[in-house]
Amino acid sequence: MQWQKLGQIFDFNSSPFAERFASHAQSPQALVLKDRVRIYFSTRTNDAPGQFLSHSQYIDFDFDFKSVVSYSDHEVLPLGGLGCFDEHGIFPLSPVRVEDKIYAYTNGIARRSSVAVETGIGFAVSADDGQSFERLGKGPLLSATTYEPFLVGDAFVRFLADKFHMYYLYGKKWSEPNGDQPSERVYKIGHAISNDGLVWNKTNKSIISDVIDENECQALPTVIQIRDRYHMYFCFRNMNGFRDDITRGYRIGYAYSDDLKNWTRDDTQAGITVSDSGWDSEMMCYPNIFECNKEVYLLYNGNNFGREGFGIAKLTNG
Amino acid sequence: MFKWEKLGKVFDPADYRSESRPWLDEYAQAPSTLIFDKFVRVYFSCRPPRDESGQSVSYTAYVDLDRKNLINVLNIADKPILSLGKRGCFDEFGTYPTSVIRVGKEVWAYYAGWTRCVSVPFNVGIGIAKSNDDGKTFKRLGDGPILPYTPEEPFTISGPKIRKFNNLFYLFYVAGNEWLEIDGRSEISHRIRVATSKDGLNWKRQNEDIISNYWDEHESQASPDVIYANGKYHMFFCGWVPKNFRETGARKIGYASSGDLINWTRDDSKAGIAVSDKSNDFDNEMVAYPHVFELDGKTYMLYLGNSVGRHGFGIAELKGELT
Repeated sequence: MQWQKLGQIFDFNSSPFAERFASHAQSPQALVLKDRVRIYFSTRTNDAPGQFLSHSQYIDFDFDFKSVVSYSDHEVLPLGGLGCFDEHGIFPLSPVRVEDKIYAYTNGIARRSSVAVETGIGFAVSADDGQSFERLGKGPLLSATTYEPFLVGDAFVRFLADKFHMYYLYGKKWSEPNGDQPSERVYKIGHAISNDGLVWNKTNKSIISDVIDENECQALPTVIQIRDRYHMYFCFRNMNGFRDDITRGYRIGYAYSDDLKNWTRDDTQAGITVSDSGWDSEMMCYPNIFECNKEVYLLYNGNNFGREGFGIAKLTNG
Repeated sequence: MFKWEKLGKVFDPADYRSESRPWLDEYAQAPSTLIFDKFVRVYFSCRPPRDESGQSVSYTAYVDLDRKNLINVLNIADKPILSLGKRGCFDEFGTYPTSVIRVGKEVWAYYAGWTRCVSVPFNVGIGIAKSNDDGKTFKRLGDGPILPYTPEEPFTISGPKIRKFNNLFYLFYVAGNEWLEIDGRSEISHRIRVATSKDGLNWKRQNEDIISNYWDEHESQASPDVIYANGKYHMFFCGWVPKNFRETGARKIGYASSGDLINWTRDDSKAGIAVSDKSNDFDNEMVAYPHVFELDGKTYMLYLGNSVGRHGFGIAELKGELT
């Protein structure tokens, strides 16, 4: 795979969102509409010192990704109520068109006492091309189960080979805290299949092999079919030190499959990595791949987990 | 109205405090039984002293009661039947309540696991663990809950009671409807629900409240204990009204009956068990968390007394029949 980076297309600080939110534009997720590409992202407010809430917003670009057509100045999907799985954040919101509706698979975040958070996959539907969404119910569509005991989230759903396929994240362990070090999580990518997008059969196994060690954290899977092959991008990092040590932070990983189930990891084929300098020189994370006007694009965040915004790259050997 | 004759207090954790049982200080909550030839094993949930920040955990253990004289304690567990869950898991801070059933040579426990939250005090999920030593020790099937949260059941899935009727497993439990903010505290309102399963592992949830409100529109229901007798199913349960401190702390026992285990008719006036009128009795303020079982031609109810079982549980014998 070969990608041409088109640069950072959204800068939080110079955007109108800077008036309403504190920082960040994380995990961009594209929905291609007739005359524009709607890009959802998660942005933060601070509800207490050192604490934040993640909210889903969007910005609409022209097909050249240079001019902004419109943006959300309303709540796209409000946070969940007291005690709900998505009370403290929605990050990301991943859209997929199903006939005349837009389905959103959300990663809901709620704070915990002994560990930072628990997550679950929420489901909401839009009847207005994704301007606003309504939840199916107050609880998650998928959450912890016997063999996936916590941190189910980051769902990416596509209708491929006559079924809905979901690639998602599930937790493997929470480390014990050590001195100033908080408990850190380890998570892997899983796969589930559905006929309707609502009732899912999980395969309950990790589908992407590790390249660092067993504590490698893998997140935000995104999949596209190009001819007869399926390509998955995701981000991965070390369990510890990923915030401050740029060699241990998020990078883009890659795997391919011919049957959507068995994946061969080969990061050397990813065709995209950190830049020598600039906004994506220290970190690359939260990829989202999509097709628009017969071109394939990759949205992603750069340094600092997307504090400043997101950028895009175009596939040049599609 | 049913007529229950109280036989007295069976078990008080204060009588069994010992250095070898640091996990048992107060409470003996949510009793449930497993019947053996010579004794009746009663599972209950108890707590060690609170930690330095005033927080409690709960463990499940058991006492064995003399089958010929249920007031007579023969044996007590020397350790909890199950460890607490791992860090970040649904059952990291408590296993309460527990309900058991024999499946072949194994005993399966369905238990509610507790974790601690930030905006509300806790969340609860139902897990499963299996025993190969007649219910003395159990091992989890996995680290997560067997009933995940769903759009219809968003939080606090708790209070499991496992039964088998007509070759089908029934799990009666409660699911949270709403968190209420009362006098600056978060109080849960949960309601009784049912799920069915052929194998005890894969559950089909009915996804509706099966017991109508009677005490209050925001009432909290618990301990849905079901027994079959005389051609129908009888459910004894308990509940409270999350309103002010006095009412939130109080517990009452309710009753409903059903012909099909799904559709229930509530009639609390039949429950027939009330607080004691003697000022020294352990149950003069509260009776709660009923468990009804048959033994040697008689029907008994185990129940908690004051402070939701802080000082143990008692037993009552049914005079007459469940009709």
